[in-house]
Amino acid sequence: MALVRIALAGEGGQGVQSVAEILAEAAYNENKQAIYIPNFGLEQRGGVSIAFIQVSDSRIGAPKFNKADVVIAMSHRAVARTATYSDKNTLFVYDDGFDVDPEDLPKEAKQIIAMPAINTANNELHPRVFNIIIMGAVIGLTNVVSFEAAKEALEHKLGSKFEKNPDLRELNFKALEIGKQLAENALKEGVAR
Amino acid sequence: MLKVVEETKKAFLTGNETIAWAALAAGADIMFGYPITPQNEVMHYWTRLAPKYGRDFLQTEDEISAGFTVCGAVQAGKKAFTATAGPGNVLMQEPFGMAEAMRLPIFAVIQQRGGPSSGTVVYSQQEVALTTYGGNGEGFRIVYSTATHQEIYDYTIKGFNVAWKYRWPTFLLGDGYQAKMREPLEMYDPEERGIKLEPTYPLVGLPGKIGEDREPQHLCNIYSLEEELYDVVTRLAAEYEKIVPELIEWQEHSCEDADIIILTHGIVSRAADDAVKALRAQGIKAGYFRPITLRPYPAQQLREAIAKSGAKKLLIAESSYGQFERLTKQEIYGETIKIETLYMPGVGIVDYDIINKVKSVL
Amino acid sequence: MITPAIPKSWYLPSKPHKFCPGCGHGIVLKALGEVIDELEIQDKTVFGCDIGCSLLSWNFFACDSTQTHHGRTTPVMVGIKRARPELITIGYMGDGGGYSIGSQHLLNSAVRNEKVTLILVNNTNYGMTGGQMAPTTLPGQKTETTPYGRDPEKTGYPTKGPEFLAELTPEGAYIARATVSKYKQLKRFLKNALRNQMEGNGFSFVEVLSTCPTNWRTNAQQTWHFLEEEMEPVFPVGELKSPFGKGGDK
Repeated sequence: MALVRIALAGEGGQGVQSVAEILAEAAYNENKQAIYIPNFGLEQRGGVSIAFIQVSDSRIGAPKFNKADVVIAMSHRAVARTATYSDKNTLFVYDDGFDVDPEDLPKEAKQIIAMPAINTANNELHPRVFNIIIMGAVIGLTNVVSFEAAKEALEHKLGSKFEKNPDLRELNFKALEIGKQLAENALKEGVAR
Repeated sequence: MLKVVEETKKAFLTGNETIAWAALAAGADIMFGYPITPQNEVMHYWTRLAPKYGRDFLQTEDEISAGFTVCGAVQAGKKAFTATAGPGNVLMQEPFGMAEAMRLPIFAVIQQRGGPSSGTVVYSQQEVALTTYGGNGEGFRIVYSTATHQEIYDYTIKGFNVAWKYRWPTFLLGDGYQAKMREPLEMYDPEERGIKLEPTYPLVGLPGKIGEDREPQHLCNIYSLEEELYDVVTRLAAEYEKIVPELIEWQEHSCEDADIIILTHGIVSRAADDAVKALRAQGIKAGYFRPITLRPYPAQQLREAIAKSGAKKLLIAESSYGQFERLTKQEIYGETIKIETLYMPGVGIVDYDIINKVKSVL
Repeated sequence: MITPAIPKSWYLPSKPHKFCPGCGHGIVLKALGEVIDELEIQDKTVFGCDIGCSLLSWNFFACDSTQTHHGRTTPVMVGIKRARPELITIGYMGDGGGYSIGSQHLLNSAVRNEKVTLILVNNTNYGMTGGQMAPTTLPGQKTETTPYGRDPEKTGYPTKGPEFLAELTPEGAYIARATVSKYKQLKRFLKNALRNQMEGNGFSFVEVLSTCPTNWRTNAQQTWHFLEEEMEPVFPVGELKSPFGKGGDK
């Protein structure tokens, strides 16, 4: 597998960093090389939180990157903040519920995808699994990890919560599946704006 | 002592967590620390793990105290260490100087953050000058600049060993990226790998009855006469210089026929390595040289790489504004190779940045 | 001829000592030497000295000793004690080292109830550097940096170390102020401060009022007068906190 670079961005509390960590750990568990680095520090408090993930079969160089293969902006503010990571090879994803100023969208992208993740979470699942839908979408867009590995990583991370409430397990796995399908559909349909 | 790592195992950790594990595996007895980003998780992991292995921790009132308590603990014969960054590194130069003067085997992890002043809490390579030559001394220190989590693990273990073997203050120079990022590494028990852990011994609090079994120890760092100090410093210098060949470490490849040698250290060398491979694929003869020890510096090895390649240019890329370049220039004084620079103070450097720079100067 | 008994714990090659004539350090160190002998702790004592006149004590004792930096004796002693609790650690410092440049260490080690013994010699000035104002300089007292007398409006009032340390420390701490003019009491306080460490009760601190005729520019009579009549009213002598209780210190 060639190097895949993913930037996830959102608001504090949206679970950006947890999703990134679970994804990176899942890739590691599949014996891939993986690097995950959060942005942190002052910006982390009250700003847009960004996670930089890289997965590859061979050794990975610098921990950050200028341009990503996939950018997912999980909040309205994150769209403008992350446009800089997009170039002609980038899949740039944001939520279709955001009222985005076209000026804020990246100038260059392979495809700009508006995905109904928030709506799906709120209406079909539960608002708290929005980030898991995003995680599923990353898998749908990149195949950086297998669906099974992602489920295992979720189990590893959230297992104790699942034990207490088995419905949560089903909810999370369903969110993962739906996110993957949303992304695959978006790629097939070539929804671009 | 309870084994920390029973058998070699793969792990997916942050750099700070790696340091805590490696310090445990190296047999560190006690850590003294004061909170500063981006090294905090070294303390967080250490305080969770250490009690399970009978090790100790003290959160001190500031970095000055953290440095001096480490000095005290190693005088008492225990493997002690600390970790800091930025302004904390500035404050610790005072105890680091004492360690140089008194040959105290302290080990300190520096996770560089942005500067000057409070700068950023994120990342830089701006503590090169401070860590190699800080304080009111002569830079009698050993500084390892790491690039991967495997190296963090390896050189933390090595750092304690080197400190106790040679008795100079020893540093692991990392940065905020290495501190915070997760990547795979292999953890192992050093002795299983044939790495002997250096024994410790006290400088004060020795066994035996004073006047019968032994003389009292009177340890000095201040002298009445200029001549006394002159003798001390020249002796220190001679002892330091004698062991330089045993300490120097570096990495080099693709220099034999290089038109341009890319010189980096620490995490930037990952980007340099990628850049050299990409440039070679495009038919541009680039070479790679990286000091692992910044003190002592592999000056002779760099001179030889320049000589054998016949390279016309040396590109120095660093996440600071010339600190690494100045360090290098003083070490290879007299070389006529043209030096080009890529200064990106306080921000990361990726292969793309280096490739562009190379193309613009060739 | 009767020669005064020399403590066994003194290091003879460093005698006669290097303090100025009339300096109180010799009296403090004599008392400390006798206490070390009486408690039989010479072989397990680590003595650390600050920079300043207290530095001249660096090889005073036939005990393992280490020089530190100005103000940093406290953390070095804390580091040694934390690493090897079986050792007896004595930090020896002046008023500048303890109350000014090293005050954060003193304060925080007291709060943590570090099981070290610190002895701070208060002679109301920085002696080694030529007689500048110290945190303990009395109002109106002339020094090299207060040539017209210390003006509390500009530079505050003398620091009262034992008083604030007694407030800060938990039970188990021993806090006292002695003076070189009351030798028996000085020795008793030093002994209590070391016993307290040996018993593992907590932080132990003794400030000792001392003399500096060189920088005070006083003759013998004036020196003693300044100590007893000027300093003692500002710095009351006695035990401020003791786990041994009243009369339990004999």
